[in-house]
Amino acid sequence: MERRKFLKIAGVGSSGLLLPLQGVQVSAEQLLNEGMHSSHKRHLADVVLNTARKAGASYTDVRIGRYLNQYVMTRETNVENIVNTESLGAGIRVIANGTWGFAATNDLTADGVARAARQAVAVAKANAKYQTEPVRLAPVKGIGEVSWQTPIQKNALQVPISEKVDFLMDVNNGALKAGASYIQSSLYLVNEQKYFASSDGSYIDQDIHRLWAPMQVTAVDKKSGVFKTRNGLSDPVGRGYEYLAGHKKDKIRGQTTLYKASYDMAEDAMLAAEQAKAKLSAKSIDPGKYDLVLEPSHLCLTIHESVGHPLELDRVLGYEANYAGTSFATLDKWRSGKFQYGSDKVTLFADKVQPGSLGAVAYDDEGVKTKRWDLVKDGVLVNYQATRDQVHMIDQKESHGCSYGDSWSSVQFQRMPNVSLAPGEEKYSAKDMIRDVEKGIYIVGRGSYSIDQQRYNFQFGGQLFYEIKNGEIVGQVEDVAYQSNTQEFWNACSAICDSSDYRLGGTFFDGKGQPSQVSAVSHGCSTTRFDKINVINTKRKIS
Amino acid sequence: MAILSRSEAKRILDKVLKFSRANEASAQLAGSETGNIRYARNSVSTSGIVNDIELAVEARYGKKSGVATINEFSDASLEKVMRRAEELAKLSPENPEAMPTLGAQKYVSVDGYAKSTADITPDQRAKAAADSIIAAKEKKVVAAGYLEDERAFAAVATSKGLFGYHASTSANFTVTMRTEDGLGSGWAESDVTDFGTMNTGSTSSVAIDKAVLSQEARALEPGKYTVILEPNAVSGLVGYMMSGFDARNADEGRSFMSKKGGGNRIGEKMFDKRVHFYSDPADLNVPAQPWADNDFMRLERTDWIKDGVVKNLARNRYWAEQSKGEVVPEPNNLIMVGGDKSTEELIKNTRRGILVSRTWYIRMVDPQSMLLTGLTRDGTFYIENGKIKYPVKNFRFNESPVIMLNNIEDMGIPQRVGMWGMSAMIPALKVRDFTFSSLSDAV
Repeated sequence: MERRKFLKIAGVGSSGLLLPLQGVQVSAEQLLNEGMHSSHKRHLADVVLNTARKAGASYTDVRIGRYLNQYVMTRETNVENIVNTESLGAGIRVIANGTWGFAATNDLTADGVARAARQAVAVAKANAKYQTEPVRLAPVKGIGEVSWQTPIQKNALQVPISEKVDFLMDVNNGALKAGASYIQSSLYLVNEQKYFASSDGSYIDQDIHRLWAPMQVTAVDKKSGVFKTRNGLSDPVGRGYEYLAGHKKDKIRGQTTLYKASYDMAEDAMLAAEQAKAKLSAKSIDPGKYDLVLEPSHLCLTIHESVGHPLELDRVLGYEANYAGTSFATLDKWRSGKFQYGSDKVTLFADKVQPGSLGAVAYDDEGVKTKRWDLVKDGVLVNYQATRDQVHMIDQKESHGCSYGDSWSSVQFQRMPNVSLAPGEEKYSAKDMIRDVEKGIYIVGRGSYSIDQQRYNFQFGGQLFYEIKNGEIVGQVEDVAYQSNTQEFWNACSAICDSSDYRLGGTFFDGKGQPSQVSAVSHGCSTTRFDKINVINTKRKIS
Repeated sequence: MAILSRSEAKRILDKVLKFSRANEASAQLAGSETGNIRYARNSVSTSGIVNDIELAVEARYGKKSGVATINEFSDASLEKVMRRAEELAKLSPENPEAMPTLGAQKYVSVDGYAKSTADITPDQRAKAAADSIIAAKEKKVVAAGYLEDERAFAAVATSKGLFGYHASTSANFTVTMRTEDGLGSGWAESDVTDFGTMNTGSTSSVAIDKAVLSQEARALEPGKYTVILEPNAVSGLVGYMMSGFDARNADEGRSFMSKKGGGNRIGEKMFDKRVHFYSDPADLNVPAQPWADNDFMRLERTDWIKDGVVKNLARNRYWAEQSKGEVVPEPNNLIMVGGDKSTEELIKNTRRGILVSRTWYIRMVDPQSMLLTGLTRDGTFYIENGKIKYPVKNFRFNESPVIMLNNIEDMGIPQRVGMWGMSAMIPALKVRDFTFSSLSDAV
C-alpha cells in the first residue's frame, strides 16, 4: 500500500490548502496512456474472487483502480508548479467469519492480487476476534459486465499543458490589469479509472472525470494597511474541459456574473479584482437580525455542512465520534416521523446521478446502482445516507449507494452523495426575492465556515455581501458572518427560487475518516431566503 | 525495504545523481511504515499497515525544473526516473523564482528514533485499543479512538555535494469517550516519539473523567470570560497564527504581520512580554527533521516571538534575495515557552472562569486581524473560587490569537501535542476577556 502525501498550497486567509498526492509523479503524456484492458482486469478480478472464496470469504469485492491527477498552479505572471500523478493498484475487501478484511497491492499480477486476497481474508479472520456483531449486507443483484463514463465533451487531461498555462496567464493578466494586487489561480484535474468486481457477479468499468478551477484575487491598500480577497465563483464539477468555455447562455448577470454549466474564469477574475478593490472601502455591517438571500455558490456549502454531514448514518451511529464527530439528527428523531428539520418549503434530496455533479457515477464502490432519494421531505426528516452494511440499522433493505474509497489503497466507506435543496415550484427569480426583502443581505460565494461536531451551531461568511433595503440593493458591505442553529435556520427558510435558478456548487476535497480520505460532492439549489438570521460584525483591531 | 540505513540510502542517491545530464539535480528518498488501529462503539473497526518508499528526483536547467518520482530502485529504474525529470524540466516553463540547488549543509544532530516504536507489533496495537475499550466499558462509556504509529527515514542529496539522513519514529493516540446517553463527552491525546511511554489506558481515563463530569451541562450567557485553555485548546489557535508567520505575505501587505505603509512587523512588540515561541529540530521533546522539505535548507533554532516581540518570519531563498533579508526556512516543530503550574494549580488560582479542554473546527474569519472562529468541545467547565463548579454548554468563540496572547494572566507547563501535522510543545494558558459569541447544543 502507499502512503498518502500532500502538496501544500499557500493562500491568504487560510493556512493554505493541502492537496492530496496519489501515486508517483509522471509526465502529462503518461496520463494519456491507455490503461489496462478490461479483459485483463476481468481476469485479475476473477483470480481475486476465486482465491478469496477458497480462503474462506463469504463475500468479496475488488477495485482495480488507476487514479490520475493533474494540478497546474500559478501566481501573477508565474507558473508555480505543475504536478502529474498516476496511481495504480487493487484494493480487496472481503467478509470472512462475519467480519470485514481489507488488503491492497500495487502488484497487479495474478500472483500479486491472489496474495492480497488471501491477506484480506486473514485480516478479516484476525479481526473477527474483536467483532461483536457480524456484518449484514443488503442484497445486490449482480449485473454482469457494464461500463460508464462521466459524460464529458473534452477530456481535460488531453489538453496540452501549455494551453492550460496560457489560459491561466490570461486570467491572471486580466485581474492584474483590472487592479488586482495579487492573484493565484489553479486547475485541478482528476480522472478515476475504476474497475469493480464482486462475488455478486458484477464487473463494472467506470471512467470518472472531475475539474476545479479555483482562484484568489487580493487587493492591498498599502497606505492604510488594509487588504481584501475575493475568491473565484466557479464550482468544482463532474465535467470535462468544456466547463471552462464560459458560454454566454450559462451566465447570469446581476451584482456580479454567476455561472451555470460553464465558467468564464477570465471575466470572473476581472470582476474579482474590481470587487476586491471595492471591499477596501465598503461599509462595515451593523450587526443584528437580517433576512438572508443566499445565492447557490454560497448556499451549497451551508447545505454541505448543515444537512450533508449530519445525515451521514455512520456519524449518527458514532463511528466518526473521534474525528468528524456525531450528529444531532439522531435515530429517535427520524423514527418519530415528525422531526421538523426545516420549514414545509424545504425538501432536501440525495443523489449520485445529477449530470455535471461531482458525485455522479452509475455504481458506487460496492456495486450498488446509484439513485435519488429524499432526506428531508416538506420539512420532515425522512432518511439518511447509508451503505450496504448499514441500511439494516434503519430498517431498510436497499443500500443508498453511498460507498466510496478515494484510492485503490483506501478501504471504501460511507461518503456523502450529492445533497441538494429542491427548487421552489412557483415561478420566482432572485430579483423577485430581493424585491420582497425589507432589511436583508444578499450573499454570494463561499467564505469562512465552521460548525460544531454535532452540527447544531454554525457560522458562515461569504465572498460578496450586498445590503438590501426595502427591496433594493443599496451597496456592498463587509465584515459579515451569520450564526445560527441548523434546525432554526432551515425552519426560517421562507422562499426558494424556481428551477430556472437551480445550479450546482460543491466541494472537491471533503475530508473524513482515520486515516483521512477525501471525496468530492456537489450540492444543488436555487437562491433561497432565510428570515431574521443573526448577523455579526467580524471586524477587529489588533494593536 | 521501507526503512533504509544511512549507507543504503546514500548508495541509491549517489547512483541516481550520477545519471544526471542536467545542469543541477537533487534527489530525496523517503520511506515509512505506518500502522494504525481504529475503533468506535467499543469495538475495533479497521486496522492497517501502510509501507511506502519513494524517490523524488528534480532536474534543473537554469530556471527550468522537472520532478519525477519512482518506487523501484534498479539501475534501469534510477536512470529512467532521472531521464524523465530531465524531459519534464526541458518542457516546463521557466520559473523566475527558482533558486540554485543547494550545496553541502551542516545539519544538527537529532535524536528522534525509538526502538519501541520501530518494533511495534499488530498485537501491541490491538492491546492499546483493548486497554482503552476495557477502561470505557468499566465506566459504562463508549469509546472511539485511533492510534497511528510510524517509523520513517528521509535522505536527501544534490549534485552540489549536499547529503542528509534522518530517521524518526512517532505515535499519536486520540480517544473520544461519550456517555451512553450522549450527554457527556471527553477527549484526550498522547503524542510521543517512544511508544514505550504511551499508555492508552491512562490517556483514556482522562477522557472518561471528562465525559462523566461534563454531563448535565448548564447554559451560560455568551460574552467575555476569563478562560483556562488546556494545551489542545491553545494549539488550534496558535497553530493558525504561526502558519501566518510568512515574510513574503507580510511584505506584500496581505497579512496581519504587514505594517501600515509597507514592510513587516519584525521588531514590534505585539504580544504580552512573556510570549516566547521558537523552533528547534534538536529539541528532545519534539525532535524533527533538521532540513526544510522544499529545498533541504538546514533548520536551526529560530525564535519567532521573544519577550512579546516579533523576531522572525519564515522567508524562502527567493524572497530573501528580493527583500534583502535573511533566509528563514519554515520549521518542522514549534515550542511555546510556558510556566511551571499544572492545570489544577491554574484552576486553584482562578476566582471565576471557564476551563476549555479542547477547541474545534477553527477557521479564519479575517486574515487582517487573524480573527478566528471555532468551538469548545469535550469538556467545558465553570470555575468558581478555585474549583470546578459544574459543566457548561459549549461555546462558539470569535477571537484573534494576537489579542489572546496580549491577555495572558498565567501559563501552565508545556505539553506535547500534535499540531498541523507536526509536534509542538504548548502550555495551558489562563487568558482574560476571551470572546464567546454564541452557545452550542453539541455534546
